[in-house]
Amino acid sequence: MKFIAEINVMPLKALLDPQGKAVTQSMKKIGFSEVNSVRIGKHITMELEAADKEKARERVNEACHKILTNPIIEGYEYTIREA
Amino acid sequence: MKFGVVIFPGSNCDQDTVYVLREILDQEVIEIWHKEKSIVDVDVVVLPGGFSYGDYLRSGAIARFSPVMDEVITFAKRGGFVLGICNGFQTLCEAGLLPGALLPNTNQKFICKNVYIVPENNKTPVTAKLDKNVPLKIPIAHGEGRYFAPDEQLARMRQNGQILFRYCNRDGEISEQHNPNGSMENIAGICNEEKNVYGMMPHPERAADDLLGNTDGRLVLESLIQTLEEKKISVFN
Repeated sequence: MKFIAEINVMPLKALLDPQGKAVTQSMKKIGFSEVNSVRIGKHITMELEAADKEKARERVNEACHKILTNPIIEGYEYTIREA
Repeated sequence: MKFGVVIFPGSNCDQDTVYVLREILDQEVIEIWHKEKSIVDVDVVVLPGGFSYGDYLRSGAIARFSPVMDEVITFAKRGGFVLGICNGFQTLCEAGLLPGALLPNTNQKFICKNVYIVPENNKTPVTAKLDKNVPLKIPIAHGEGRYFAPDEQLARMRQNGQILFRYCNRDGEISEQHNPNGSMENIAGICNEEKNVYGMMPHPERAADDLLGNTDGRLVLESLIQTLEEKKISVFN
């Protein structure tokens, strides 16, 4: 079966996100004064083959651990749906 | 000493490193393409600077899975000496051979300039021959050099003498003002607990030729070579 994983990778909350900080400051200047903070991460869409959803979940987890994220500096969450 | 300089697709300081080691420091050097599955008969493996795999995903994240890296990891675990410069440092962190990670510079810019660094201790081959009171002027050239490690990890590293270099000014003063990229505690270079794997963001190979008017980087490489020669350490002998 084909599955699609939508993975969000975010810098850990404790870490300074200079990109998010720069965007926050810029937004305040152009009329979005209500914006308190912006944090910027990555969105990864991955199509994969797996016997079932549980198996797909397992592999996505492994991929996130092994290469897609660096747990020292990033956290992630994902959703999986049948393609 | 015999050096092996690894070349990944996107490495761009490999030839500078080979040139300095071979022509200026008179060492034997072999080039190791990243697809090699074995590393034989070298004393030191160098992972050079550059933009391996375009720095996609995270700097060093893809290079870390190049075929040669399994060998580099085995080599290091057996006590072989490994030096990662800039992108090489990032790759060693991604591979778990060095603690911590390198994040985008605080100012969001690629920084290419001479900075000063000061050795933290003389207990590693890379720093053994350096004067702790004399700052070295060595260039950095990176967009992701902000060293980060969790607090407990950093405390252990401090205790184990794993911090090699800190950014400072020309007088050796270490302060936030002289921290080019936002690294924790001004860290510019570190080593592993066993002190045989080294990583630094500044480029010693870019400050080693008299013609370039700055040779402070040569001192770092000379320290490594002389110390290893003195100890007559060769992991394969």
